[in-house]
Parts: sequence; C-alpha cells; structure tokens
Amino acid sequence: MRIDATDLHYRDLNAKVRAALEAGERELVIENARGQRYIGTGVTCPQAKIEITGIPGNDLAAFTSGPRIVVRGNAQDAVGNTMNAGTLVIHGDAGDLLGHSMRGGTIYVKGSAGYRVGIHMKAYGQRFPVVVVGGAVKDYAGEYMAGGLLVVLGQGVPRDQSVAGRYVGTGMHNGEMWVRKPISAHQLGKEVGLVPIGDAEWEAFHGHLAPYGAEFGIDAGQFKRDDFVLLRPTSHRPYGTLYVY
Amino acid sequence: MRRWLVQPEFKVERDLERCIQCQVCVRQCANDVHSYDEEDEQVSSDGACCVGCHRCATLCPTGAISISRSQLEFKPNANWTPESIRNVYKQAEGGGVLLSAMGTDRPWRVYWDHLLLNASQVTNPSIDPLREPMELVTYLGRKPDQIRVERGPDGKVRLATEITPQLKLQTPIMFSAMSYGSISYNASQALARAAKAAGTFANTGEGGLHPDFRQYASNMIVQVASGRFGVDPDYLNVAAAVEIKIGQGAKPGIGGHLPGEKVDAAISRTRMIPQGSDAISPAPHHDIYSIEDLRQLIYAIKETTQHRKPVSVKIAAVHNVSAIASGAVRAGADIVAIDGLRGGTGAAPTTIRDNVGIPIELALAAVDSRLREEGIRNQASIVAAGSFRSAADVAKAIALGADAVYIGTSACVAMGCHLCQRCYTGKCNWGIATQDPFLTKRLNPDVATRRLTNLLRGWSLEIKEMLGMMGVNAIESLRGNREHLRAVGLSDREMVILGVKPAGE
Ligand code: SF4
Ligand code: SF4
Repeated sequence: MRIDATDLHYRDLNAKVRAALEAGERELVIENARGQRYIGTGVTCPQAKIEITGIPGNDLAAFTSGPRIVVRGNAQDAVGNTMNAGTLVIHGDAGDLLGHSMRGGTIYVKGSAGYRVGIHMKAYGQRFPVVVVGGAVKDYAGEYMAGGLLVVLGQGVPRDQSVAGRYVGTGMHNGEMWVRKPISAHQLGKEVGLVPIGDAEWEAFHGHLAPYGAEFGIDAGQFKRDDFVLLRPTSHRPYGTLYVY
Repeated sequence: MRRWLVQPEFKVERDLERCIQCQVCVRQCANDVHSYDEEDEQVSSDGACCVGCHRCATLCPTGAISISRSQLEFKPNANWTPESIRNVYKQAEGGGVLLSAMGTDRPWRVYWDHLLLNASQVTNPSIDPLREPMELVTYLGRKPDQIRVERGPDGKVRLATEITPQLKLQTPIMFSAMSYGSISYNASQALARAAKAAGTFANTGEGGLHPDFRQYASNMIVQVASGRFGVDPDYLNVAAAVEIKIGQGAKPGIGGHLPGEKVDAAISRTRMIPQGSDAISPAPHHDIYSIEDLRQLIYAIKETTQHRKPVSVKIAAVHNVSAIASGAVRAGADIVAIDGLRGGTGAAPTTIRDNVGIPIELALAAVDSRLREEGIRNQASIVAAGSFRSAADVAKAIALGADAVYIGTSACVAMGCHLCQRCYTGKCNWGIATQDPFLTKRLNPDVATRRLTNLLRGWSLEIKEMLGMMGVNAIESLRGNREHLRAVGLSDREMVILGVKPAGE
C-alpha cells in the first residue's frame, strides 16, 4: 500500500500507517516524506515492512519493536530511539543520537551519522542491538554503552583520517565497538580499552558484516581484520569505587 | 565494619535482667550488632554499626534493648557539628563521595509549619463532612481552554470539545516514584495494590514494571528516565500514564547508579538489563538538551500510546523552576510533577541531597503563579512532591496550587520505615529498601497494603474534615485558593512568593 506523505501532519500520517497495519497490510510505502516525525514510532508488528522515500523526521522508529523500515535517503536525529526490536536500513546519512538507548534490533546506515551514536545501547536476554554505520561518526559514540555492537566502517573516509570523534565509549560498561583505524588514545573515553582481535572475535564480527553488505550491495570481503580496532570496556563497574558510606 | 576515628552514632544497651537470651535481636539486625556467644551462652551487643532503625528493640519480646544517641560528645562547636567532623573522617578514610538516603535531615525551613489554614465562623457556616458529601475526586491532565457543547443528531446536547486523557484520583494523594530495585518486591507490590484499592496511583520509578505488577497497571504511572530501563511499547501502553523523569528533589541534576550486585534475576528482568550489570542512569536524558527536545520525547510517547495517556514531566524544584515548568507545559506535558528539596531517595550523594534545590512550598507557589500569569495553568496539572508528613501538609499544598501530591517517605514510614537513612546499604531491617530475601520476607505485602490504604483513608478523612471546617465541600474549592492560608513568622518577601497574607491580616 502506498501513502503519499505530501502535506500530511505526522499525526495523520502515523494514523494512516497504524490503520493500514491494523487492517492487515504488511507492506507499506511512504512517499515524499518531508520531515514528519515519529514515523514507525511504537509500531510492534514484526511482519511489517515500511519503505520511505524522501526524508523522515526525528525519532524515526522510536520505541519500535519489530518492523523492518527502509529509508531510501537520509534520516534525521534520534533514529531508533529506545528501539526494542526490528531492522532499520538507511540508504543515506543519519543525524545525531542514532540508536539512543536501543535494546534490540539492527540499524544499518550506508552513509555517516552524527553525534552521540549508540549512546547507552544495552543488551538483554535475546535482545542484542547492532548499529553499523558505513561512513564516519562524530563525538560521544557509544557513551555509557551497556551492551550490543556498534560498528563504524569508515567507507569513503580517507585512510589517514579517523572515522570517529572524541569521547568514544566514555562510561561504557558492556558491549563492544569496532572502529576502522586509525584511532588515537586521546579520542577514547577513560572506560574503554583496545582489545586484541582473535579469530573468534573476527569471525563473530564478520558475521554481522555479511548482512550489512547484502543490504547495500557491498562486498563484505573487503573488510580486513587489520583495518579495525576492537574496543571494550575495561570494567563492568566503572563507578564501583565512587562512594563512601 | 568498625572505622578508625569514626565513632559510633548510637549506643545499644541491653537490660540483662530482662534479656532472656532468645536471640531475636541477633537474627533481626542485618548490621551484625548483636551476637550470641555459644560458649558463654550469652547475647551481647557491639553498637559500632547500629544505624538506629529500632528493629531489634521493636521485636525484643521483653523490651530489653534500648537505643540511644552515642554519649560520646565532641566539644560543643556551632560551626563544626559532630556530623561534619564525622563526614571528614569518613572521606579521609574512603576517599569517595558520601552517600545518604531519604530526604535531607538538615534544618531547612519547613514552610508548612509557618502556614495556617482558615476555618469558617458565623458568616460562612462550616460543613459537617460526616453528614454532607465531600468531593475529593481529582482529575489530572490537560484541561481545555473552553468547553463547547453542541446538539447532536438525536437532539441531545453533547460535549463538542475534545477532552484529552485524564487520571481520575479518588483522593489527591499518589505514591511517588520508587523503583523495584531501590525497594523490595513486597514493598512495590504493596504500593501498587494500595493504589488500586484506594483509587489512586503508584509510580514505578525508573526500574521498569515487574510482570507480576501488570495486573495493577491501570493504577500505575510508569517512568521513562535517562537510563530507559524496562521501557518498551508495551510498558508505555499498559500503564495509566507515563512520566518522564527529568529530576528528583533529593538529587537534582545528577544521574544514578544501581550497583550490579543489586541487579538479581528478577530486577534484571524488570529493568531489561543483564544480571549483575550496573544500571547507570546518565545525568541528563541524552535526547533532551532543550525544551524542544523535551517536546519531541513527550510526543514520541504520545504517538506510541496513541494519545491515550497523559504524559507527566517530573522536575526537581530548582532556582528557576517556574520557567522550567512553563517550558514543560508548553512542550506538551499534561502533568508537571515538582519534587522539592526535602524529597526522599534510596541513594544520593549527601552533599547534593543537603544543598541543592529549593523547598517545595516556594517552588509550588512560584510555578502556580507563573502558569496563571501566562494563562496556561489549565494546560497541565501540578503534582507536588517532597516530604508530605500529614494531611495538613497536603491541604496546604492544594491551597498553594497543587492538584495532587506524591508521597514517598510517608508511604515507606507507613510500611514500617524508621528513617534510618541507610537505604543505599541494601540492609534495610524493615524489608523495604533491600533485595536480601532474608530481609524482604519481613514485609508482609498484605499487611503493608492495609497499612498504606489506612494511611490514605486517614488523610482523606482529615482533608474532608478540613474542607468542611473551611466551609467548602469540594477539593476544587480549595485548589489554588491561597486566601485559605495565613503565614506566621515569614518575611514579607517569602509571603509575596507564597502569595499569602500574614496571620491577622
Ligand atoms: S541497626 Fe537496628 S536492629 Fe541493629 S542494633 Fe541498631 S537498632 Fe537494632
Ligand atoms: S527504608 Fe529501610 S533503610 Fe531506608 S530509611 Fe527506611 S528503615 Fe532505613
């Protein structure tokens, strides 16, 4: 089913989406999105497929649990905010706060993303959030990260340039981050350290790259172990010794 | 653990003539104050770790135990109080941030104790609440600017204005946010059950909603805090309302850490984080750096709940609270909850608890006045929090402009809390602020539910009594009616802020 978003207020657009899903539609195409917020927000239908052309607004797929959403262009801020499950595929760039507090599901961005990417992501039980950014990210990536996987591939970024900003993984206490080299110590938060990449780590990581490559028609074989650093928290209790009674 | 230089706060004495060596105290004290020597067949006490919670003394069958403040006095010093000296010792030893719990114990002015209620005499007869109906029912949520009615096709008059969702309270008292994790399963359950029984609401705090408590969800407000623990579409939709927690009176502007050792299997399930991992709530919500961002989150929640639930925004009472509250209302909050300086907590850095924020009385009056001046008072309800000790405090808050209040500390006290302020140790001897199964089973949820509903009933009866005495028969008539208040012992400026006249005027 096609929905033309031209001149639609987000409440009306989302009401149409909800009504379509409730009526049993499972494949929706939203055309001409023009910054409408909250598209797919709170949608819990795992079979739903929503394709968006144009530019969806902030909080795309916030609190979402299940659907597959594909954006044939750029997305704005807070994509996948507190997302619980599902798949988001962004064929362009994403703004700040990509995957904020995300608990599960997958976000693939072909281009780059802004500040505070993957901040406070957390894993739980079967839920394991994965965020893969094709290009670069800015400061505070993975801050307070409590679980899941955050990847910055650095495609299109010259080999001598860093693909991340500063304060990478500040306050991180679980999960892992893979960032294309180079990254220097001053970019890292105090709570993360570099971990040697063994065969097991690389294989597990590469397992996540194959579906990403398939999504965008990119050969995942081009990514080499030596191109990346693996970051993990140095402690699961970064603030354990802060207090006296 | 005995500390060098830090003298015990309490002295534990045992009347040996009364003590029957039954060892109840040994089992009851989680701080290992009492012990039994098998060889001597003798119970003895070492008061060094006593926190003054009275558990042992309350349960001692012969009344043999007495607890008193340690007699070890420092040389009197109005500046260096024993507290401040002890705190320096503790920090010199441990080198960390001092932690405390419950609301501040500093002698900040309690404005309730400087405000007096009015009563009718002769000219405006008082009403007897035992014979006349007294309306305490309170609706929380956005009220329309005007009401329009129209005639429907059936010829009947009907409401044409769309009314946004409201919470209906049988009494203007709710239980404030206390997360499962900071308090025990039994305590959480009792709060939820009592809220349901009394027709009011309990607040989950930021710890998620335990599956067992879903049955009370129609009387629960769920919180979305910076950690987003346990927040998913189901959580938002199952509850009666959603509250975005920006701040807390006991610790405005700072985050919180529930230490990993408290995250057991059940808490892990409720918060949706792995067992044993720290639950870190960042200081800000990282998707809220402005009023516009707050609006974005409010409406993300409204979209997720299909605009069926009121959204509350809880802020701490800080210096410019009225501007912040106004911003929250304009951002779309249906309810603004304000938590004052004396508000409680399960754990907060002592320095923050004791020195940050402003008293709820001033904050409440300032916010109510500001929203009225701006002509947006109807757009949100105000819930006041931060240490309500009695029905009189509640009535005074309503007169200052609150639509309802949140009670946390008094609810804990109703369940048996003795305000020892050690909730953060996880060794609450009263089974409230602990996850230790040996301690949590001390709090019988049936008994605790009954005690909470009793408290609500008692306070509600008293509020009715006060309404009748003032000659009004509905809580609406008292709401924001500061003519019913007079001040004693306050400065002119304080009275201006509170919007009340001095007694006698
Ligand atoms: S901590 Fe409580 S139970 Fe233990 S000795 Fe002191 S008053 Fe008694
Ligand atoms: S809840 Fe328990 S630990 Fe906290 S102050 Fe009350 S009695 Fe003490």
